[in-house]
Amino acid sequence: MSTYIARRLIYMFITLVGISIISWVIITQAPGSPIALTMDPKVSPKIIAQMEKNYDLDKPIYQQYFLWLERLFTGKLYSFKDGRPVMRKIAERIWNTLLLNVVSILIIFSLAIPLGIFSARKRYTFLDHLGTFGAYVGISIPSFWLAYLLILATVKLFGYPVLGMRTFVEEGFTTVDIVMDHLWHLMLPSIILAIGGIAALSRYTRSSMLEVIRQDYIRTAKAKGLPEETVYYKHALRNALLPVITLFGFIVPGLIGGSIIIETVFAWPGIGRLAYQAVLARDYPVVMTVLTISAVLTLIGNFVADVLYGVADPRIRYG
Amino acid sequence: MRQDLQKNPLLEIRDLTIHFFTEEGVVRAVENVSFEIYPGEILGLVGESGCGKTVTGLSLLRLIPIPPGRVVNGDILFDGRSLLNLEEKEMEKVRGNDIAMIFQEPMTSLNPVFTIGDQIMEAIILHQRLDKTEAKKKAIEMLHRVKISSPEKRMDSYPHQLSGGMRQRAMIAMALSCQPKLLVADEPTTALDVTIQAQILHLIKEIQGEMGMSVILITHDLGVISEIADRVAVMYAGRIFEYGPIEAIFTRMRNPYTYGLMRSIPQLTETRGRLYAIPGQVPDPMHLPVGCKFHPRCHMMIEDCKKGEPMFQVNGDQFSRCIRWKECC
Repeated sequence: MSTYIARRLIYMFITLVGISIISWVIITQAPGSPIALTMDPKVSPKIIAQMEKNYDLDKPIYQQYFLWLERLFTGKLYSFKDGRPVMRKIAERIWNTLLLNVVSILIIFSLAIPLGIFSARKRYTFLDHLGTFGAYVGISIPSFWLAYLLILATVKLFGYPVLGMRTFVEEGFTTVDIVMDHLWHLMLPSIILAIGGIAALSRYTRSSMLEVIRQDYIRTAKAKGLPEETVYYKHALRNALLPVITLFGFIVPGLIGGSIIIETVFAWPGIGRLAYQAVLARDYPVVMTVLTISAVLTLIGNFVADVLYGVADPRIRYG
Repeated sequence: MRQDLQKNPLLEIRDLTIHFFTEEGVVRAVENVSFEIYPGEILGLVGESGCGKTVTGLSLLRLIPIPPGRVVNGDILFDGRSLLNLEEKEMEKVRGNDIAMIFQEPMTSLNPVFTIGDQIMEAIILHQRLDKTEAKKKAIEMLHRVKISSPEKRMDSYPHQLSGGMRQRAMIAMALSCQPKLLVADEPTTALDVTIQAQILHLIKEIQGEMGMSVILITHDLGVISEIADRVAVMYAGRIFEYGPIEAIFTRMRNPYTYGLMRSIPQLTETRGRLYAIPGQVPDPMHLPVGCKFHPRCHMMIEDCKKGEPMFQVNGDQFSRCIRWKECC
């Protein structure tokens, strides 16, 4: 197992290097430049050349990449836009994004799995068909559209702001009020971020469950005289959840991508919104660093899923 | 064995009729099947694939999926009470406790994510209300009884770590752990090597003798039946075609279908180059022939065969569903 983990860590490192190189090429070669956006045509070419020199844009692309890498690890990476250290900008915001994503993942798994089991047990009934319909709606609805709709509805209904992480004026708020205020602001974005995942995962759990209950060992379990609940929740569920663990590895990157949209819509001060603004400003150091962090999180998600899979399924042995 | 047959039957199946209502049509899997099993005997249920023998076996434990399946007619009496009328909770107490079942595929019939020990102990804890330590002792004893070497170690093995024969032994240990009165063995040796087949059959016979339970052995292999069964029911197209004591069926068969099955067994002394096979195909259960279901494939077919399919009593305990049974075979 430890050799397996060591090998996986080495592979992950190689993958990460590959991701950063490809990202660097795509981002720097995309149309637009950090300078063109802030300059107006009357500015002399001399000043532009000076600025390019400041940003190292006059150097060959591979040199720029290594400079970025060097500065990333020595902590000397500064944003093009405001000159602040990139790591500090990210550190201010990453916990907000992680909070949003962890809450979403918890919502997804705690709702989708029971929903999937319920659908499987009530298969082909009205409730199951309703679940299927709901899942297709959930997968198909664009999250930004739903977000705006729900923002409008909540604000109209409760007359209480939902954008950002908290209400600006906190004067006279007790601790309970502040916690409730934070939870209130967390609710909508995390639910919307979770909807696609709930829809997909509940369908997946359902079909996995239906696949498993046709297996011979389920018949064996029934033949033993086990009550139906034990057959479903012990013998079937454990097997049905094996492929669901793999999905965990897919959901993590999906959430990071999704949080760029949701954070922008909800003015949520996370790295998703930071990345979006950095892309618009062609702020290469920020974009690249956020991308690298997302890649690391994605690889960790996949790695955790693989290790969990080995723990849950005795047939899988890593060596 | 003979004197046992005089007792009251342990299990009586009366006119059992099971249909499956599918989108393509009604599959008449089992039609008016009647037989009984006496305490301590082994009944062989033989027939080709799709003749309804597995469905009959599963119906004894009420494991037929409903829908699409449904018991349309008949009754199953176990120890004098009707299994078909039991509440589901009552039926759960019968399954694994009074009637146990072992299945054809030892590869897929054990849950891959639980250890052998867990799976055996589960039934013991459920039916005998033992605590974990006692259940574990009992499970090890059962593994020992089915001749699995170092049973303590095997308790912690997962199914994929055992060979096919070992898995079937573990299945038998699991099925017999609560001393059932009846064991339904559905093709228990079909998926195994020939040498392992013989071992498993002898194991079933041996434990059956020790525990005094009854066994329904479902198989398509007449060789298996001849080795351990006391009585035989030959099934075809959901019906019992011939039914009687083993020596009568093997030496004085009174049904052309049984005759065909017997002739299909290759003999060592045979000089014929080709294996014998009954001509034609097993009929589609949705479009069965009128009258005797075997007549299109039968070498003794006459016009009257298309008119009906009566059962005749050949003598005291042998029955045949053939109007020409006197001329056969």
